[in-house]
Amino acid sequence: MARINLNDLDPSFKFTVASTRGGEGLQACYACKACTAACPIEKTVKRYDPRKIIRMALLGMKKELLESDFIWLCSSCYSCSEVCPQDVRFTELIFAIKNLASVEACAPAGLMAQRGLLKEHGRLYEVSEFENEKRSKLGLPPIVEHPEDYKSLL
Amino acid sequence: MEALLYLGCTVPIRNLNYELSSRLIAKAFGINFRDNEMLGCCGFPLKSMDVMSTILSAARNLAIAEKDGLEICALCNACAATLNEVAHTLENDQDLKNQVNDKLKDVDLEYNGPIRVRNFMRLLWEEIGVEQIKKAVRRPLTGVRLAPHYGCHYLKPSELTVGFDDPDVPHTLSSLIEATGAEVINYPSLKDCCGGGVLGMSEEVANSLAKRKLQEVSEAQAHALVLVCPFCNVMYEGQQKKIAKTSGLDLKVPVVYYPQVLGLALGMSSEELGFKLNRVKPSAMLKMVEG
Repeated sequence: MARINLNDLDPSFKFTVASTRGGEGLQACYACKACTAACPIEKTVKRYDPRKIIRMALLGMKKELLESDFIWLCSSCYSCSEVCPQDVRFTELIFAIKNLASVEACAPAGLMAQRGLLKEHGRLYEVSEFENEKRSKLGLPPIVEHPEDYKSLL
Repeated sequence: MEALLYLGCTVPIRNLNYELSSRLIAKAFGINFRDNEMLGCCGFPLKSMDVMSTILSAARNLAIAEKDGLEICALCNACAATLNEVAHTLENDQDLKNQVNDKLKDVDLEYNGPIRVRNFMRLLWEEIGVEQIKKAVRRPLTGVRLAPHYGCHYLKPSELTVGFDDPDVPHTLSSLIEATGAEVINYPSLKDCCGGGVLGMSEEVANSLAKRKLQEVSEAQAHALVLVCPFCNVMYEGQQKKIAKTSGLDLKVPVVYYPQVLGLALGMSSEELGFKLNRVKPSAMLKMVEG
């Protein structure tokens, strides 16, 4: 990892994370690394390391975290949350960090596209006539899109 | 009993075999599934970008259920967990509930709660029970070897599944499979995550997670891998060919939904249970059962 210049760190970042929904447990971490040991993603991608992500947030490495590609690699399996002796709830914490990244940096194109679909269709998949015909042949009720509600709520 | 059937986004478009078989099983056990065409996405896909959007999307569906006076039964693990989690969060945070209701007003809805949310397996487990299921079996699946896959959101976070199953030693799906007369295969990667949650970000990482289980289930000579979640299905069924190709493994693991398996044991035909829609045909299993 590149050298860290203390002047580049943001000491208030940990408070920002801790006051974001899901990030409340950040400062309870005592770095036991149980989360990392339980993480199935870390076994494949070493740079996705829950304990390290927590340390980075506590140190104020805001830019390095929010502009990184690895924060988006959580599979939300909750293994880290289950083993944490300090109730940090890392699965929710990484959601909070991603939420901050979406506001301050940029969300990946795939996520932006999903948000677009929900606003346009109220669902992840557009429901065409073809789909409802197929459903009707099998005796299943039609699926109706309600994008107006999602447009209003999101 | 009655429940509002929550299909989510994926099942009613991509997994009609799951929907068909679930409706048949519910009917067979006297569970009245009601539909409401107003239901939409649970909000889980938005959680990485904005948790509040997830809460609002989920609350909209909870409010629809409240209007109908029904509890929710969801087929997808991720939908069930998201709706359940938001219901719990709102129950413990009146300020947030007020905030949510301010927004829901714009779409003529209101949520007071609590609304109970269960996945279909939990409903079967708690409302029907293994003994009743055993009694209803007309055609025991003797000799059929099945590998269960629970899925992460079936078991975790455990604060939502307490009293149902144990994420460290899961047993409910295995017992439900045993009730059909089939043999349950226990294998080392039983509790592994499918990787579906990360597929949109990195196909390589997602596939590496799914590979191990497919390999083990294949080596254990299971007749099928049994799922209850369309998200997991995307990985084990949808990605299987690609995983086999990139890893050089010879994988032909049939992937089936639990209600399809139970339906066979109850004497329903593979045709009405939608087995035509399974991509890797569980031919050996169907031959043993239907001849």
